[in-house]
Amino acid sequence: MDKTGTAGNKGSGIRSDVWVAVTQTQSGGVQVEVKSKVKALFGRQIEALTEKVMHFFGLENVQVSIEDAGAVDFVLAARLEAAIKQVIDTDKEFLLPFLEENKMATKKDDFRFSRLYLPGNSPKLMLNAGVHNPNGLILDLEDAVASAKKTEARYLVRNALRNLHFYGAERMVRVNQGARGLEDLEYVIPHYANLILIPKCEEATDVQRVVEKTNELLEQHEMNHPVWFMPIIESAKGVMNAYKIAVASPKIAAMAIGLEDYTADLGTRRTNEGTESFFARSMVVNACRAAGIQPIDSVFSDVSDMEALAENVKRSKALGFDGMGCIHPRQIKVIHENFAPDEADIEKAKKIYLAFKEAEAKGLGVVSLGSKMIDPPVVKRAVTTIELAVNTGKLNIHWLEREK
Amino acid sequence: MTMKKYDKIVKNAVGREVPTVINGEEHLPFMGVGKHKPAGRKYAPRIASCADYPDDGNKVVPNLKEALIKAGLRDGMTISTHHHFRNGDLIANQIFDIAHELGIKNLRWFPSASFPCHEHLIPYLEDGTINRVEGSMNGALGKFCSEGKMAGLGILRSHGGRYQAVQDGEVQIDIAVIAAPTADPFGNANGVNGSAACGLLGFALADSQYADKVIVVTDNLVPFPAVPWQIQGNYVDYVVKVDQVGIAEKIISGTTKITKSPDRLLIAEMTAQFCEATGLIYDGFSYQAGAGGTALSIGNYFGDILRKNNWKARFIRAGSNKYPVEMLEEGVVEYILDGQTFDLEGIRSMRENANHVWTSPFTSYNYHGKGNFASMVDVVVLGATEVDVNFNANVVSHSDGYLLHGIGGWQNTLFGKTTILPIPLFRDRIPVIRDEVTTLCAPGEMIDVIVSERGIAINPLRKDLIEKAKNSGLPIKTIQELKEEAEAICGVPDKPKLSDEIVAVIKWVDGTVLDSVYKVLG
Repeated sequence: MDKTGTAGNKGSGIRSDVWVAVTQTQSGGVQVEVKSKVKALFGRQIEALTEKVMHFFGLENVQVSIEDAGAVDFVLAARLEAAIKQVIDTDKEFLLPFLEENKMATKKDDFRFSRLYLPGNSPKLMLNAGVHNPNGLILDLEDAVASAKKTEARYLVRNALRNLHFYGAERMVRVNQGARGLEDLEYVIPHYANLILIPKCEEATDVQRVVEKTNELLEQHEMNHPVWFMPIIESAKGVMNAYKIAVASPKIAAMAIGLEDYTADLGTRRTNEGTESFFARSMVVNACRAAGIQPIDSVFSDVSDMEALAENVKRSKALGFDGMGCIHPRQIKVIHENFAPDEADIEKAKKIYLAFKEAEAKGLGVVSLGSKMIDPPVVKRAVTTIELAVNTGKLNIHWLEREK
Repeated sequence: MTMKKYDKIVKNAVGREVPTVINGEEHLPFMGVGKHKPAGRKYAPRIASCADYPDDGNKVVPNLKEALIKAGLRDGMTISTHHHFRNGDLIANQIFDIAHELGIKNLRWFPSASFPCHEHLIPYLEDGTINRVEGSMNGALGKFCSEGKMAGLGILRSHGGRYQAVQDGEVQIDIAVIAAPTADPFGNANGVNGSAACGLLGFALADSQYADKVIVVTDNLVPFPAVPWQIQGNYVDYVVKVDQVGIAEKIISGTTKITKSPDRLLIAEMTAQFCEATGLIYDGFSYQAGAGGTALSIGNYFGDILRKNNWKARFIRAGSNKYPVEMLEEGVVEYILDGQTFDLEGIRSMRENANHVWTSPFTSYNYHGKGNFASMVDVVVLGATEVDVNFNANVVSHSDGYLLHGIGGWQNTLFGKTTILPIPLFRDRIPVIRDEVTTLCAPGEMIDVIVSERGIAINPLRKDLIEKAKNSGLPIKTIQELKEEAEAICGVPDKPKLSDEIVAVIKWVDGTVLDSVYKVLG
């Protein structure tokens, strides 16, 4: 019997996705049958790409059924490849040209206030995610992907890393735990992922394994862009080992806490007040500060309550966290606003910055504000504060011209 | 029928090919905004005499069929209905069931809008009971017309254009059937009371004034006087009492809801930010916003800006619902000039608040009047299915050519001081900004600003706004840049496969023909 490979999603509520079925046949060439609500405008192009992918994989006789809900090319290509690889054995990868803007490197101390989780197998949520301006976008291969969809999600995430517009957000991927996670890396490291989130870390070796595999892949592909790591602590044991994990590699830029699993591990329930996780959060903050990396708080799961989120962010900032995960784009603004410097901080930073510029213009080596001398680290912090204020919309980008 | 659906095609002032003979009648091509100067006098209905109507004011007849027969229903007539009951309308379908039963042919249906519930009428369009629809066509009716199956040519008009067409005698209504939530035996009727309450009956105003015969149908017949008399019984010939005039839950939603879509909320927020940054919002300003999720959300952001500055909006011109009502009752807005009511809160407010005023297409939209309200509005927020690089906009057809929406009040509100289209750059892979719109509903000079999730484009004609937006920090781009950005994501779509056969025309607000709608090839 002819073997059929299928991938993707269909049905009501599915958008920007496509379901494909690929069946190898004995004769008849490449037969493509397209059902699509955008067929009048994109039917020809859907067929053309499908034929191109089939020829790339050397499939001369094949029946392809496509049920499309407005998938863009990189999504269709990922679905086709996932289906084809159920039918034939091949190491080839069908890759669309890399978007140049996606070859972006990030720094260890870049702002990571907000990082938006995107389910790795849901293209609908990916296309516009970047326009909401999170600091990072996480293509999630772990909890957000059903186990039956783990493999096809890898092709979609890989293609998204190459062809999705990230609009300057740091390109993050959360891989699976253990061996599957190490295999996930093969689909993300060669495609300029900036940061890998490692879930459910309990020991330093959980991180080290991922770092080693990443280094192997970089070497193998002759690449040398920086790849950062963010271990996630999600258990009582992880909390107790927080510092060891935080210093497991110099490539760790941040460490996060995941409270849903942690509270389950404790045998308690998560509350908005967060009393039950106070110890764990403080442990993580302390470990991160001791290791010189960014402590990142858990997501806030009530996406409809922005006031409770704002309160939560304020508490989080007060505990010492530098950022928080988001599961809905509308949370980003609230998180930025509340992690961002307040009016008084901004005013002070502006004064220091202006004094610094003035000293620089006069060729003075020493910056002073009134009768106070200002140290270089204070100037640096002021610059950071201003940058933050501008990034979060609290300060107009043209403030300097207006100040004059 | 040997009459040609259309004839004598000319190129109008915006280069669109349009017929000037439609269903055997002459029409003028579009000449440019404000260029067509009407001459002559308004259409006058027949003079009636009280001697022919009962002194006791009781015009009740036993049923709709009898009323239609008394009104002289016969072949080739024009029958009008109204969309106050939206998808809960039970009357329009019954009229044509009766016409079919009586073997009447070749009717022109002249609704103020059609809804999915009117799919019921397709067999009557097929068997010749109905010759054509002149009004919005969407869903199954839109498909039917778009595929060239309608015997006559469709004519789509704005709400104001419909009033204009009736007033000017371009459409002479033989029988108007006005479904009313409350009426008295004399024919006074309103939409604020009764189980099918819909708020107001403004879309039927022209019909009551100009139709040859007027039938009011209600399920809530009260003794004279039914007040407020939104429709005056002095225009009415017959009153019919039925068990149910409309399905309440399909007329009015219990609650209208602000969008939860993060992308739409972002667009709404950017729209409000743009209005604030460019000084379009000020103490005493006015705006028009629809009841769609994005528009509602923009209204909310406007409210925040007003409160922050301790300002008030003088009036909102809109379809009303709980959100503008909250602002009215809070005092952030002084007046609601209501065109149609979308939820129970809107109806309650209309009953209770003197400053919640019902309006009609005559006061708000009629272009052949001594002014109308539309041009006085500061900020108008509208949707669109497509916009092109010259800011021309389409609201009636999908990019694949199928009729999708009516024009509604959309064209009329374009006359506001600043018209903004908050739209996503693409829907289901289809870019919204095109080289040329499939169907032209608004000449580009009428559209001032496009707000999308990926940037804001200002019409080059609005140099003032371009200047004011310069240092706003908002992502101002050219419309060409926005188009290319969408195409980089979606690809460049092919052109839809359309025949050169015309199936409908789009009227401009002055009754001239703005564009043609072409048959879709499968």
